[in-house]
Amino acid sequence: MTDVSFIGGLWGLLILVSLSTYIWRASGVVIAARINPDGALSQWFNCVAYGMLAGLISRIMLMPIGILAETPLADRLAALAAGFVLFWVFKRHMLPATLGATAVFLALTTLRSFGYL
Amino acid sequence: MPFFMVLASMMGYGSLARESGLSLGVSVVSSATVWGLPGQVAFAELFAVGAPVLAIMLASSMANLRFLPMSMSMLPLFRTDQRAWRWRYILVALMSINTWALTLRHGPAMPQDQRFHYYMGLCITCMTGGLIGTALGYLLAVSFPFFVIVSLIYLNPVYFIFLFSGVRHRNCILALLIGALLGPLFHLISPDWGLPFCGIIAGSAAFWIDKRMKASPGGPSL
Repeated sequence: MTDVSFIGGLWGLLILVSLSTYIWRASGVVIAARINPDGALSQWFNCVAYGMLAGLISRIMLMPIGILAETPLADRLAALAAGFVLFWVFKRHMLPATLGATAVFLALTTLRSFGYL
Repeated sequence: MPFFMVLASMMGYGSLARESGLSLGVSVVSSATVWGLPGQVAFAELFAVGAPVLAIMLASSMANLRFLPMSMSMLPLFRTDQRAWRWRYILVALMSINTWALTLRHGPAMPQDQRFHYYMGLCITCMTGGLIGTALGYLLAVSFPFFVIVSLIYLNPVYFIFLFSGVRHRNCILALLIGALLGPLFHLISPDWGLPFCGIIAGSAAFWIDKRMKASPGGPSL
């Protein structure tokens, strides 16, 4: 564990971490106030936000860190594929797709941890 | 649905935070003040391995860099509403992928004075779910088997994939597709800087391709 005594303990560390995250949110406000909301620059930032989020989520799916990394890639993708089938069957409704994919994933990991797969 | 989504994924964080040696209070408050799972995970995991304070700050900050373009693209929706604009620094503090994506989808069609209520309602719902989830995950961590915890964590990316599958604007769809392709590749090159570069390159490519397609009606001419 990190020595946090010199910054006032765990709460001190939390304050520093929270502030270093909030910097991005606050900078967004400062810049947003100075650009034309309907302009090209604003649209570009919108695209960058979507690109960044898609990159993050795709990385979590394909190359997870932490305990998700202990599951096989095939399970994660098979469950996702099942979700897309449901997404299409239920005419682009998120709920059945999300729950279906998670249910398939739960079933696969459960079967694996009991040694059936 | 967002309530249970956030509840479930923050339960995963709660159990991680406990394993990392954070206290219950710090775990719950960190969900509220950092309010972004990748940054919180970096905070908990790096603390557990004893990384220097500055490294923890940098890593969790970089993991949440996405909030910069996100807050810039969301705020214009609130700009014409005087009251909402006064709250702008609070609005962005409460923003998550969930509240951002839903507000960008439903906000533009709403009357301007209703967006603020919609957004705040959504944020309070998500935050409540997130804080309860963190506490539950922390307190129940030991009693869940592996396959339950890992499925709770899996729920999070899957939910966002389907949330983004409903996006309609062509430049956004392009950015999502290119970003999804580049994200893992850039992560291999640099785990720290890959994501911001992925966002800038995918976003710029999508923006440019969309402009080119608009400029030449009658089909894609690239």
